[in-house]
Amino acid sequence: MRAERATAGAVALWLALSVWAADAASPAVADPALEHRLMVLSAELRCLVCQNQSLADSHADLAIDLKNQVREMMRAGQSDEQIKAYLTQRYGDFVLYNPPVKATTWMLWLGPFAALLAGSAALVLYLRRRRVAVAAASPDLSAADSVRARRLLDGDAAPPA
Amino acid sequence: MKRFLVPLGIFIVLVVFLAVGLTRDPREVPSPLIDKAAPPFTLVQLHEPARQLSVADLKGQVWLLNVWASWCVSCRQEHPLMVELSKAGVVPIYGLNYKDKRDAALRWLEQFGDPYTVSVMDADGKVGIDYGVYGVPETYVIDKEGIIRYKQIGPVTAEVLKQTIIPLVRKLQG
Repeated sequence: MRAERATAGAVALWLALSVWAADAASPAVADPALEHRLMVLSAELRCLVCQNQSLADSHADLAIDLKNQVREMMRAGQSDEQIKAYLTQRYGDFVLYNPPVKATTWMLWLGPFAALLAGSAALVLYLRRRRVAVAAASPDLSAADSVRARRLLDGDAAPPA
Repeated sequence: MKRFLVPLGIFIVLVVFLAVGLTRDPREVPSPLIDKAAPPFTLVQLHEPARQLSVADLKGQVWLLNVWASWCVSCRQEHPLMVELSKAGVVPIYGLNYKDKRDAALRWLEQFGDPYTVSVMDADGKVGIDYGVYGVPETYVIDKEGIIRYKQIGPVTAEVLKQTIIPLVRKLQG
């Protein structure tokens, strides 16, 4: 009887504690949909204090302030675009991990393709020039030698005489 | 000999790019606020909490806005320069005390000197966000029309002060 009461007491205490713990943690998950939207959006935003981290990953003071600001703006019904505009007005395009295509970012967007194109052109030129050089360097073969060479290369050559 | 010229050329170009890259501070993000109106604020003064100061009050003069905090280590580095500049009386310096506690801030000024005409308190950092602050200290040069003309991210150095900030202030004061 006594043991039972003690168990019941322990269970009640445990329940009370877990309710209290859930209560303490609740502000962070008050609105899971909003938090999810915040995480998705802030993963695209750069933390200015630790520049290789996104706002979502960062625990820098400024990142926390900015996330709170974004949270408030979301609650006020602002769209993701409006929030991004708000941040770029203050911190520049640098806050966006996905910068817009405009005159100052052409180099960034088109540079890799330009480099690829230049590289391919250089390669084609080089190969073409080499083929000409190789053709010029190789001596003329007689018809019989050509046949023999072909046979050797194809692997079904008769053992050399 | 000739075959080495191309890789050598590429190497030299690469070295030049890397060398230029080394002289630039990746933490310095060009501010979109340059040549835009200073974001308005009305904040409580640090020394006299009963009084407020707003950007509009400062129209008609060239002024510096120096973002500082007692917890900010590199603020100590630039602070003697600010004190010196304020003694020289070239330009009024207004302080934005960023995310700080009043008593800590007042103690800090007592210890290191107070170059500010007025310091205002941005306790929750909201005005800091409006000004795009991300690395205290930051210093803004604001002209008579209330337009931001220059932003220094990180501590002001003697060189920056002499070569950039003071000439710019003089020019703006016309």
